[in-house]
Amino acid sequence: MSEDKIYLSPGPHMFSNVSTPRMMKNVIIALIFPVIASIYFFRWQAVILISVAVTSCVIFEAAMQALMKRKITVTDGSAVVTGILFAMVIPPSLPVWTCVLGSFVAIGLSKQLFGGLGLNIFNPALLGRAFLMAAFPTYMTRWNEPLTLDTVTGATPLGMVKFSHNVDVDYRDLFTGNVSGSLGETSALALIAGGVYLLATRTIDWRIPLSYIGTVCVIGFISNTIAPSEYPGALFHVLAGGLLIGALYMATDPVTSPVTKAGRWVFGTGCGIITIIIRLWGGLPEGVMYSILLMNALTPLLNRATRPRRYGT
Amino acid sequence: MLTKTFHGGIHLSERKDSTVDKKIKSILPPKEIFLSLRQNIGAPNKPVVNAGDPVKLGQLVGDSEAFISSPVHSPVSGKIKAIKDVYNPTYGKCPSIIIENDGKEEIFKPQNAPKNVKDMTPEELISVIRSSGVVGLGGAAFPTHVKLNIPEGKEINTLIINGAECEPYLTCDHRLMAEKTDEIIKGIFIIFRILGVKNIFIAIEENKMSAIFAIKKFIPGLRERCAGARVEMIVLKTKYPQGGEKQLIKSILKKEVPPGKLPLDIGVVVQNVGTCYSVYQAVHEGKPLIERCITLTGGCLNEPGNFLIRIGTLLSEAINACGGLKEKPAKIISGGPMMGVTQFSLDIPVIKGMTGVIFLSKKESELFEELPCIRCGKCVDICPVNLLPTDIMRMTKYSRWHYIEDLHASDCLECGSCAYICPSRIPLVQYIKLAKQKEMEKR
Repeated sequence: MSEDKIYLSPGPHMFSNVSTPRMMKNVIIALIFPVIASIYFFRWQAVILISVAVTSCVIFEAAMQALMKRKITVTDGSAVVTGILFAMVIPPSLPVWTCVLGSFVAIGLSKQLFGGLGLNIFNPALLGRAFLMAAFPTYMTRWNEPLTLDTVTGATPLGMVKFSHNVDVDYRDLFTGNVSGSLGETSALALIAGGVYLLATRTIDWRIPLSYIGTVCVIGFISNTIAPSEYPGALFHVLAGGLLIGALYMATDPVTSPVTKAGRWVFGTGCGIITIIIRLWGGLPEGVMYSILLMNALTPLLNRATRPRRYGT
Repeated sequence: MLTKTFHGGIHLSERKDSTVDKKIKSILPPKEIFLSLRQNIGAPNKPVVNAGDPVKLGQLVGDSEAFISSPVHSPVSGKIKAIKDVYNPTYGKCPSIIIENDGKEEIFKPQNAPKNVKDMTPEELISVIRSSGVVGLGGAAFPTHVKLNIPEGKEINTLIINGAECEPYLTCDHRLMAEKTDEIIKGIFIIFRILGVKNIFIAIEENKMSAIFAIKKFIPGLRERCAGARVEMIVLKTKYPQGGEKQLIKSILKKEVPPGKLPLDIGVVVQNVGTCYSVYQAVHEGKPLIERCITLTGGCLNEPGNFLIRIGTLLSEAINACGGLKEKPAKIISGGPMMGVTQFSLDIPVIKGMTGVIFLSKKESELFEELPCIRCGKCVDICPVNLLPTDIMRMTKYSRWHYIEDLHASDCLECGSCAYICPSRIPLVQYIKLAKQKEMEKR
């Protein structure tokens, strides 16, 4: 912009103060809560994995963009978001090299290979996790006890329910995050605090978390009412496992969720149904990751099926 | 207060404070007038005078035989200096008549002196409106006589008077309603006489309290004169683009104009308040449209305000009337900040469709780089005509023209709400315009 020029541009000449870099910053701010919780509960393991994941995501993004002769856009914050999100959904005991490999799948394959920001079909962090789940199932199901970092007795609350039908958990621990699980998924308190920030700043749409968590609650309540000895209650479903991080941070990823309001309702409800089916009757204790990835795949179809009515018809 | 509104749209910062309380001031006619021969959305005019001819104030100087067109009149008395191409703020370089003002303000004597409205037939009224060069003053400059000439077989039952003025910065309609209330009401009565409608709604956004109070006082009187018709003042929620015809109709009547149709197809005619004022002047005073009320505003002006200005006055002359410039403008916008067109110079004449000019300082002129679309769907949420701007953009960007048809780009109003809300600052309106063009080519 030189001094004496008059600028010509098409309208509009005013813009809202919400920008994509601002939205990325908002997500990073919201993620500070679960990051602090993970560092509190899993100590140096959390510090190492989060730093490794973020660093490798940023490096892989720049490297892939350089390799594909695209403009290097690591400063837009999206790779940092993916890095933190990926770290939040891996077990604290994951070997560092596995974390690097997972970051590569998340950024390199899931995001850049599909065309970069805005063009990926699947949530990058979740696809990275799904890859590790398939390739290194033992690493991905090895859990530490929080605070003591003891690996011997570790089992997630959902795992305990699934495999030993032990529904006897302290809801206070479940709420604060003093249980086994992935780095950032254990503390409901921290996740809700960040989620409230995301909702208040309109960074995410409320329809997906509401329909997602709502569906899980409804089906969880019904199954618990029918067979209380076999199935845990609705509150347990909400607080345990990755539902909150999934519903607030992953399913709400704008790129991989529908653009229409009706589509978002269906998307959230679909995520809820798949999650609870896997949790109650599937072979795995947890279904959040697969439910979101499956609904990601359906997003183009949902966009088409839920197009708004043409004005005036 | 119970306000009416439509689905979608955006809440904008109004930025009307600096001019909203400024009374309309007349700007002295300049030494030279640059009268563009293209001042309506229809056919351009041909000059009916030659260089060197003397002209009087209000004398016809340009006309066309086309139906959708509206003549132009000399805004001053003096001499025709030349007829040559001059930049027009909307249409680019257009033939224009340059008139030297002799300062005598000699008025051209109209052939038929104004008569009492009640004695005139609708046809006579329409012909006066045509010969006075009245066009829609809300910005589009559609010839008013064409809009009031209802084709055979169509029945109009509702007249909506548009006082929404939803664009930020602009306050000229607001001031007109507050100061020229009686004249506007008389103009509305003339239009009522032409159309013979059953319902008259005067619609104003709720942020224009002084206009609402002014108009309210005249409602009982108008009701009495328009015997048998329902006359109502409607207070609208302040939301952009409330002043769009389709949005007004939706807000007030809860009806949607079908795609590709006009309001008259569902029995509605919408007229801007400024147009009503000009209709009044044409019929009651025999005065053609040679001046209009305009808002001159923006951070670069020393004294922003609302002005009665002769058509053809250069912006550089107009600026002198508001105390000159504080700093050199970085952006000059003809119209509102949402749909207005940027100008490259101050030597641009005022035309009939100019609602305002905004002189933005460098600080106020935001320029952004386009970032990738993150599919947040904000544009879909706010589109007032239910489009998927992000999908149209994507299909246009990658030339997937065969997908465009399903996306109904032609329904777009080009209101700019999607581009305003887009966090990636994608010029969505431009992509949609391109899609529209391709759709037209295909037909």
